[in-house]
Parts: sequence; structure tokens; C-alpha cells
Amino acid sequence: MSRFLYSILLQAGTMLGLSSLKFPPVVKTEINLVLVLVTVLGFWTRLRNLSYPRAVVFDEVYYGQFVSLYMKRVFFVDESGPPLGHMILAFGAYLGGFDGNFPWNRIGAEYPSSMSVWGLRLLPAVCGALCVPLAYLLQLELGSSHYAALGASLLILMENSLIVQSRFMLLESHSPLCSRYLWLIVAASSCAGAVGVKYVGVFTYLLLLGIASVHTWQLIGQRLRVFVECGCRVVCLVVLPVLLYVFCFYVHLTVLRHSGPHDQLMSSAFQASLEGGLSRITRGQPLEVAYGSQVTLRSSASQTIPCWLHSHKANYPIRYEDGRGSSHQQQVTCYPFKDVNNWWIIKDPGRQELVVNTPPRPVRHGDVIQLLHGMTSRFLNSHDVAAPMSPHAQEVSGYIDFNVSMVMQNLWRVDISNREAESEVWKTIVSDVRLVHVNTSAALKLSGGTLPEWGFGQLEVVADRVSRAHHSSLVWNVEEHRYGTSHEQKEREVELHSPTHIDVHPNISFLSKFIELQRKMLTVKQEESEHKYSSCPLEWISMTTNIVYWLHHSTNAQIHLIGNLVSWGMANLSLAAYQLLALWYLLRRRRAIRDITEASWCQFQRVGVVCVGGWLVNFLPFFLMENTLFLYHYLPAYTFLLQLLPAVLEHAHTHLLRYTHSHTNVLWVQNKTSWYCCTCRPAGLALLICPLLLMSSVLCYQI
Amino acid sequence: LMTRGHASPAVADSNVYLSEAILDICRGLAVFFLILFLCMHVLNSRCVYGNVLCEEPSMNTFKLCAQPPNTILVLLVLGLSFATRFYKLAEPPHICWDETHFGKMGSYYINRTFFFDVHPPLGKILIGLAGYMTGYDGTFPFVKPGDKYGHHNYWGMRGFCAALGSSLPVFAYFIVLELSHSNSAALIAAALLIFDTGSITISQYILLDPILMFFIMGAVLSMVKFNQQKPFCASWWLWLLLTGVNLSGAIGVKFVGLFVILLVGLNTAGDLWALLGDLQLSLVDVAKHLLARVTGLILLPLLLYVTVFAVHFAVLNKSGPGDGFFSSAFQSRLIGNNLHNASMPKYLAYGSTITVKNLRIAGGYLHSHWHLYPEGVGAKQQQVTAYLHKDYNNLTTRNLHSHLQEAPMTRKHFQVTGYGINGSGDSNDLWRLEVCGGRRGDPVKVLRSKVRLLHVATGCVLYSSGKTLPKGWEQVEVTCSPYLKETPNSQWNIEDHINPKLPNISLSVLKPHFLEILLESHIVMIRGNSGLKPKDSEINSRPWHWPINYQGLRFSGVNETEYRVYLLGNPVTWWLNLACLGLYAVMVAVASIHCWVLMRGGGQLVLGWLLHYAPFYTMGRILYYHHYFPAMLFSSMLTGLTLDTLLHSADLFLSPPRADWLLRLGQVALLFSVLYSFYIFHPLSYGMRGPLAHEPGSAMAGLKWMDSWEF
Repeated sequence: MSRFLYSILLQAGTMLGLSSLKFPPVVKTEINLVLVLVTVLGFWTRLRNLSYPRAVVFDEVYYGQFVSLYMKRVFFVDESGPPLGHMILAFGAYLGGFDGNFPWNRIGAEYPSSMSVWGLRLLPAVCGALCVPLAYLLQLELGSSHYAALGASLLILMENSLIVQSRFMLLESHSPLCSRYLWLIVAASSCAGAVGVKYVGVFTYLLLLGIASVHTWQLIGQRLRVFVECGCRVVCLVVLPVLLYVFCFYVHLTVLRHSGPHDQLMSSAFQASLEGGLSRITRGQPLEVAYGSQVTLRSSASQTIPCWLHSHKANYPIRYEDGRGSSHQQQVTCYPFKDVNNWWIIKDPGRQELVVNTPPRPVRHGDVIQLLHGMTSRFLNSHDVAAPMSPHAQEVSGYIDFNVSMVMQNLWRVDISNREAESEVWKTIVSDVRLVHVNTSAALKLSGGTLPEWGFGQLEVVADRVSRAHHSSLVWNVEEHRYGTSHEQKEREVELHSPTHIDVHPNISFLSKFIELQRKMLTVKQEESEHKYSSCPLEWISMTTNIVYWLHHSTNAQIHLIGNLVSWGMANLSLAAYQLLALWYLLRRRRAIRDITEASWCQFQRVGVVCVGGWLVNFLPFFLMENTLFLYHYLPAYTFLLQLLPAVLEHAHTHLLRYTHSHTNVLWVQNKTSWYCCTCRPAGLALLICPLLLMSSVLCYQI
Repeated sequence: LMTRGHASPAVADSNVYLSEAILDICRGLAVFFLILFLCMHVLNSRCVYGNVLCEEPSMNTFKLCAQPPNTILVLLVLGLSFATRFYKLAEPPHICWDETHFGKMGSYYINRTFFFDVHPPLGKILIGLAGYMTGYDGTFPFVKPGDKYGHHNYWGMRGFCAALGSSLPVFAYFIVLELSHSNSAALIAAALLIFDTGSITISQYILLDPILMFFIMGAVLSMVKFNQQKPFCASWWLWLLLTGVNLSGAIGVKFVGLFVILLVGLNTAGDLWALLGDLQLSLVDVAKHLLARVTGLILLPLLLYVTVFAVHFAVLNKSGPGDGFFSSAFQSRLIGNNLHNASMPKYLAYGSTITVKNLRIAGGYLHSHWHLYPEGVGAKQQQVTAYLHKDYNNLTTRNLHSHLQEAPMTRKHFQVTGYGINGSGDSNDLWRLEVCGGRRGDPVKVLRSKVRLLHVATGCVLYSSGKTLPKGWEQVEVTCSPYLKETPNSQWNIEDHINPKLPNISLSVLKPHFLEILLESHIVMIRGNSGLKPKDSEINSRPWHWPINYQGLRFSGVNETEYRVYLLGNPVTWWLNLACLGLYAVMVAVASIHCWVLMRGGGQLVLGWLLHYAPFYTMGRILYYHHYFPAMLFSSMLTGLTLDTLLHSADLFLSPPRADWLLRLGQVALLFSVLYSFYIFHPLSYGMRGPLAHEPGSAMAGLKWMDSWEF
């Protein structure tokens, strides 16, 4: 609310100028009643009967989970966007006293009566409501008259899709708001009205949009278009948002300190920094890997499922399906679950014993070791035999001597890739290690292939001669670790089954956590899933697919996300009209024919850059995206089109229709639009049966 | 051509003559093509010597004096580039890398067998033609890389590609000369390309890339030349039409040719914009300019492009491995396909026996067999799948059935089974037939109607997900999808139709006409292209790898004993190219506005580079190192132009004799470093044997400058 008041003050301030610096200080304000009226209307439409329906509506089922996780302070990764939106939702929920105990299992599930639905939905609705006065202010900033501004805010006010979207606990309603708000601050605070600054504002807008939703993260590059003379300001405007961005991750990571469902996506070091989960297992592990250590080796390959180096009592088949032969030695694989067969013992090739001496002799970068499989006592071995699924690479096996003149080649050199010193000690969790086969200088690698039935569908591990410097599939790290104490195989097996102990705490800095999380969020691929209501970007313009947000199973009451047909069509028309006009003017100007004054030409361009440009940058990137898209992704772009409509109408009125010189002309057209929107509502009420009229979303209160 | 293409059986014998006739035409076309190529060069020199070069009204002030091409230099460039490309052309005498695809496709043209490829046909037609004319008979199977050619004539196809590849440095010479009016800049650009190991390697094998690059460079050269001519004079028209021809060639080889079309398009738009702003020209003149360009750069290429497809369909008239990718109606055109000249009842009726084919690419036929779904996968009823091959022996008399059980692979869909017997079952056996784009009551036409099968009880639609079942014999899952969106996966058509009570008609009535085939083949190509997704297991080449020469491609051989060829750009020239991109940006920022060469010439080259490089960042399909080569051509030309400008501007801060020395010194040093780096890296192109680079005793010892190189 305070933000809003502030913007009104700013508005008032820029209109009047805070004229008095004299004593006594007198502040004169002037309140634009129209603005107040549309604001009140905005709040009325967005907030009325907010807690209806008391059931999970559409994507609430998705975002609700994250809110619950925030309440429980459990770590999660959501690849759909940075955490600010989630945090705002969670903050609202926190104020509303939500404790996070709701299963969020399906759309339409009833909320328990103890839950404050109103609180959960309040903040998005407020944000949505603020869009209305902001549209008014934005239109003024673009140089339009108050009539056009009123038109713009009415269009936003009457837009069903925006109402529906902002009434529920969803994210999209934030994105246009936050950014536009800041833009106004920028525009107002940096010497009000200089055109150049506004362009800067546009690109800041893009930056901020990137913050508000990762859907548009590609757009950040747009700021390259900024003029050189604004360089200085750009620095401020780039640095500040980046800091804010990092800060919101900082809050995110500080708040979420318990381990949770997405732990497995992150590296061992990251997981160890969360309470519970891996840290419970790894707490108390010795830090330095020594000869005689018992370890599990986790692959750092950048894939979604983690896996650990594994072996079991089963051999490679003598012949594969394609006729190639194998060594028939014991399989070595990568296994995506914790298992006692994931344990390996680090052995000094020069000594026999498998226990850690006192004091422990640590393994250093460049040392040559043998790896002994804990449960089967086979050595990790590689040789010039083609691997089962990737024939260009070497097979890795647990060595069995079949007396067929296949010598044991089980020496591996430890190559710590993130070392700081040349003789760095191999550390649990922290060190990224490549295991280089001494005889062939091939490195142990997760090939990415999956073994067929004889390998139990586990992941293939090979030794690959191609030692590409920093490929993550070559890198392994020690996750669980203990110093071995048993001399006998039987004792050792018991020891391997028992949990680890002793205490050291690996700490990783916020920055590396931030970078890792960021990387994961950008690289984790969403599984391509089809959805009943998904649509492709081209369908959005014609609005062919709506989304059923909620459906009552017995009364058949429904809520749909669908735009106001009239304003949708008008907005598209205005886009076409603007382009034609722009082309017309451009061609005429090229032939030195000036139809309009230089000032109005400037304003015309500015409208184009802001509205059409805003629409484009919010729309085009979706064509490159491969995840499932919905109509609501279009709403940010659509709000820009709604801004274009009154501006084009006004332009047409002042310049093209100047001979008819009726001042009320524009207003009349706009009023007609608004009037139509209003009548939609009762009419729709009456004809409830006809699904077409469900588009008037205001309906949903009455059903 | 088209009507002769599907000849009736009575005239089938004449097909032999027909094929010879077509090949005669092709021969003629090839000769014409060669003559055209020569003409371009002859005209090129004549235009300049004859002083047809026209003065440009607006640019007069900054324009340098045009230097005529130095005949000796041109001959030198020509000779060297042919020599480097043709040296050891026949080595290695086995299939290298993608030769296995494009050589095979060339053979298909010679054998007139229908196949499917994601690229448009021109490149492969030319390869096939080159093979045919040099005595290759199309019998080599091209199974996999490494197979020995034996007695087969493969050098003709390689020679053709190498000839086109050899023309690239010559084109680069002329383009840079035209843009910079400096022989030395042109020579630098040409030298960079001549001695680039990557360009040599990629030109020496049966690949589409040399052909594509030939057309790209041809288009750019014609465009640049065109810009220099006096409007509406004969040479102006010639270069305009040549630009159009080359554009259609580029897009006819690969869809990447679109980028050069974009380049020419932008250039033309800028050109027209300038003309429009020239108030001395009347609007009628501007309209004339516009119309001429529309004709030469849009209509002509479109016509040629369509012609290429017409030739493609006319030549390939026999059934082959590509049949399955196309619709049943398409297949009825192909000799040897069982739909060719078949006859069956036209409209579906109750009591008919039919086969049903899915409309997905390579979609299978609806199939069922005497096996039940295993325990735990929905209900234990008879399996229903999609099978890629035709199989007439399976009339199991079960009803197609669906119910609210999970499908075996796609968990959100419902299972489809065979249930009941001989038509008696339950209400879950009822399906409603819907003709896409038709109304209720429309009859279902064999081959042509796209139908959907809607399950009455659950409202889902019969769907083929394309996932292979775990224990099937190429069996693809069939489900009932609750998502009713119209996709090819949920559309089916009736292929075979037997009903003794109905009169049979000849299917030739239902044959699609040319435009339909053209459209269908494009849809199939585009879907095929977007289907080339990188597998997670493969290490994918990324666009940022390319300009830094991060990793090449193995063309032949892996280990010590084999003959190895590795596609990798000459690192010295490539890194020089990269540095010059930065240098260009700096020079533009510092001193651009007054330098016509940098602004106009350099600008066009940078635009070309960007257009051929940047779009790859947005592509979802699998990418390879060789995709960068067209962009590399632009980058090399830019290097020539930039370095030459830099060396020539030495006189800004040095007195005349010293500046001259510096210029000479720079040129010599540049030439020397290019030559020397070519000398040490030439085994990459001309073949290596013996130990790998990181092992002692290797010929390439010490040259593995980056860990990621694999030689």
C-alpha cells in the first residue's frame, strides 16, 4: 500500500512541483480523483470475495507447494523462475498465518476452514490491482492525455484474464507490476521526462522483468541497445538490479536451510550445507582422504539424477547383442541409489593392508592408487576392450583373473582438478577428482549410456582416452567417507553397513552456492509434458485456447482464464493500425513529406518503442522456448498492447480525424468499449449455460 | 515432367528411355552450369576492364580508386586453391564421416530410388549427377564410415565437391576486392582460406557443405557486384539474376541457405531505402527498382527452387527406404510400392477390412497380436501397438478397446487393448470416427481422409506416442490420449481397404498433385529437422566452441594404426579471425565514420558473419562443428579487410618510407605465419598415421595446443 501512496505522491509532486522550500514548510497536494477512482475500482474488482472458491485453483497447486516449503524452510529448486515471486507469495502466506500444512495434491481440493485463503491470495491481488493506476500513470508518462490514460486504466480494469490471474495465488500478476513500478521511480527520479532516460527505463524494465520471471531471462541482452551517453546511468541501473537479484537469492538460501526433495540435484558440497539429508550422513566424516579410506564416489556429471560408482557380483556378458565380445569380468556401473555396493577402498599399490595408519597418510594430487570394491574385493580395472554401450571407449571392470593373458591394469592416478596447490590433499566432498588410468591414460567417465537388462538398467561407466579438460562427466567426488579399521573381509562388510561418524563441517560460501543454484536453475531441463490447456504462442493472439482454472464437481461452477474478447480484438487491431501508420509515416518522411509535427512524431515513436517493443520482448522469446506454455504467459505482453490501444486511438483522433474535431470522439469509443465490457457481466450471468459467455470471469463470484 | 513421372504400366518399358533422357538433360544442365561458372569470371574481368563500373552518386567523396584485379594474383589464387583441394583427393579410399549419407543419397538418384532426408534435394542431385557423369554406377552401398570403396568410382563425386570448394578462395578474393578496392586485402582473405586446413578438409569429401558454401559465396559475390553496376544496364541485370540463381541454389542445398537470403534481403532493403530517400528519383523509378528486385530475388529463386523439387520427384520414382516417412497417398506414386497402381473401394463401409496408418513421421500401422500386456501394466488384455511394417497375417478378431487404465509407457494416457471377440464385447469397444476438417456424415475416403478415433466412453482419442515398447519387435506404443488437440500423432488414415461388396477404383485418381507433394515433403523435412534433438549421452558441440576452434570432428580413423583425418580449422588463422573481429569493433569505434571501407564493406561482412552464426544459439537441434564454416568464410574476409586497413593506416603516425616498410613487413609476416602454420598442420587434412599427438614419436607432437583436440 505504501508503494502505491508513494507513487501517488510522486505523481502529485511531478504535477505540482513541491514548490515551497520556504519557512514554514507547506506541502500542497492535489489529488487526481479520477486516479483515485480507478484505483478503488481496481481494488474492488480484484479483492471482492477473494477467498472464493475455497479450493485449490489451477497453478496454485504448483506454487502452493513452494509456499509450504518456505513455511517449513525446506530447500527446493524451481527451474521456472527466481525465488522473488515465491517469496512474495510466501510472505503473504506468512502474514496470513499459514503454517505450510496442506498437501497441494490436486486442483479443486478444498482448503481446510482453518486456513486463511484470503491471506494467501492477498498480495497477488493487490499487485494486480495496482496495475490499474499504474497503467494510468504510464499512459501519462507516454505523453497521452488524461482521457487516454483513463481509457488505458479502464481497459486493464475490465480485462477478465487479468482479473482472474491476479485473484489467485499465481506469479504472473507480479511481473508487470514490479517492473513497471520501478520504472516509474526511475523515470520520475532521474530528471523527470527526458526521453533518453525513459529508454533506459525500458531496458531496466527488461532487466527487472528478468528478475521477476525467468521466462524472459534472454531479454537481458537488450540493454546493449542503450545509448552511450547514458552509460553512467546504465551502470547504476545494472548494478542495482543485479545486487537486488543476488540479495533475493541470499534471502532464499538463508531462509531455506533444511534439506528437501530437490537435494539430489545439487552437488555434495551444497547438500552438506543443508540441515538434515546428506549433512546428517556426512557430518563427522574425516576431511582428508587417506590410504585405507572407505569412500563412495559420486559422479559430478551435469545430469538430473545423481549416481555413485558401483559394482556388483555380475559379469559382463561374454558376447553383446551386436556380436562384440567383452572381458567377461565383473561389471562396474554408476548406480543412482545409495547402496552398500557403492563403497570402495583406497589402497596404496605398494602395500597390502586396507586400514588407515595412525597418523593417516593422506592421498595427494598426482598419487597413484588402487581402488578395491568393498563388498566383492575386486580391483577397479580398465583395459583395451571396447565398452559395452560406447565402443569407442575402454571397458571398466572389477578385475577377475581368468588366466587368459589379460593382465591386471588397476593403477589409477588421482588428478584433482580444482586444486590450489600442486600437492593438494584429496578432500571429502570438496575435491573434484579425475581418475586417470595409468596404463592407457584414459580417464574414468560416466558415458551417459544405460546398460541393458544384463546390467540391471544401471548407468555405464567407461574409461575414455579423450581427456577433455573440464568435462563434468569425468569428474568424481568423495561423498561418504570413513577411515577403514577392519583387517578381515567379514569385519569390513559389517563396517561398510554401519553409518559413518567423526565430525568435520564442510562450509561453502554463499557465492558458490548462488552460482551453483543459478547454474542448476538454468540448465535443468523441464520434462516436456503435454497439458490439456497448453497452447502455442501463435494461438495467444487469436486466443483460441482458454484455461479452466477451477471446476466445482457438483454445482458445475467454473472459473476460466480467457481474455475480454472485445478488448483483445481491439488491442490486436491497434497493433496492426500502429504498424501500418508507422510504415506510412516512415515512407512519407523518406520522401520528405511531414504529415505530423516533429513533437508528435517523437511521441508516436515513443509509444511504439514502449508498447510495441514491450509487447515484442515479452512475446517473441516464447517462440524459442520448449517448455509447456499457457495462455497466461501472454498476459505481460498483452498489458502492453492494452497500453497501445488508447495511445493509437488518441493519435488517430488528434491527427487523422482532426477535421471532424469532436473532442469527445475518442472518449466515446473508449467508453463504448468499457461499456461493452460492463454489460458482458450481467448478460453472461443470465446465459450461464452457454460456455462462450463464461469468458466474463467476473461471473465466478455469483455461481 | 510430373505427368510423365507416373507412367502407367503399359509404358513402363519406356521408363528406361525416359531415365536416360532425363540424365541427358541433367548432363546438359551440368555443362550449362560449368559454362555459367566460367562466364561469371570472364564477365567479371570484362566488366572491370571495360570500365562499366559506374560512379556512385552519394558515395563519391569517400570512394577509393578501384583497383582492377591483378590477373597474376587471380591465377595464383585459383591455382593454389585447386592444388590444395585436389592434392591427395582420393585418400583415404574409404567412406569418411557423412559421406555415408550423402554418397548413399547420390546413389539413390542414380538408381532412382525414393529416400528421405532433412535437407532439400539440390546438393544431393548435384552429387548424384557428378557421380553419374564420372562413371559411378550407383552400386556401392555406403553402409558405414570406414568401408573401402574398392573398384567403385568415388573420386568423381569428391572431385566435384573439391572443385566447388576450390572456388571459394577465388570468390573471397573478388568479394574483398570489390568491398575494399585493395588487392592486398583480397589476397590476405584468399590466402587465409586457401591455407585453412578446415576449409581444405571439408571440401575434399562428398558432403553438402562445399556445395552450400559455393552458392553462399556466389550469392554474396553477385550481390556485391550488383551493387556496383549502373542501374538497368545489362551487367546489372546479369548480376541481379545471378544473385537470384545462387540464392535458390543455397536454399536448395540446405535450409541454412536462408541466412544468406536474409543477408541479401537486408542489403536490398537498405538499397531500396536509400533509393526512396533520393528525392531526385521519381516514385516510378523507385517502383521499377522494386519490381526488378522482386523478380530477380524472389520470383526467380522461388521458381528455381520449385523446379529442383520437380526434378527430385520426377527422378525418384521407385519405392525405397523413404516411403515410410510419407503419407499413404504420397506412396501411391512410387513404382514398387504396393499402393502403386493398386485398386480398392474409394469410401469406407461397414464390414470392410482395412489397415490403419498413423500420420506421425514414420508412423506405424495399427497392429495387434496374440500377446497379452504383462502383469502390472493396466489390464491383462491383448496388446495393441503400432508396427512399422505391413503385416497381413494378423486378424485376431478382437475389438479395439480402451478403458481407464494407465498406458504402458505414457502414464497420463489410457491403455488400448484388444477385447471381446468377433464384434461382441462391451461399451468400451465403441469408437467414433471423425474426419479432420470434415463434417458429420462425410464419407471416409481411403488414403486421403485424415481420421481420428474418439473413444465413446472416455472421450479420449487413439494416439501413437512414438515410444518403442520394451519387449516388442519394433512395436510402438498405442494409447488413448485424453488431450484432444489435433496432432499428427492422433490422426490416422486408411491405407488398404478390402470390401468385396464395393466396386474397386484405381488409386491413381487419388494421387496428390505436385503442390501437395511439395508441401508434404516440406512438412516432413521440417519435422525431421526439429526431431534431430541431441541425446543426453552425446557430447554436443556448442556454438561458442566454434570460433575458438575448441574441438574438431573426426572424419576418419581413431587410433594409431588407422589413417586419420581430422576436421579442424588452422588454429592460427582461426584465432586471427577471432582477434580481428575484436579489432574491427575497436577500429569502428575509433575511426569508423570516415572510413568507407570499414563501414560499408566491413559492415556487410560482419552482418554476414552474424547472420550465419548467431541463429545457431537459438537452435534446439543437434549442432556440429562444421556448421560454422559459412560464418568462417565471412570472418576470414573480414580479417583480410581489417588487417589491410590497419596496415595501410600506418602512415597516420609514421613518415612515408617507414610506413611503407611497416606495411610490407606486416604483409610478409602475415603471409609467412599463415604458410608456416599450414605447413605444420597440413597432416590434419592430408592424413596422419602412427602415434597420436600426445604420445612420443608422433608426427603431430607438440601441436595439440588444446586438450580438446582429438588427433
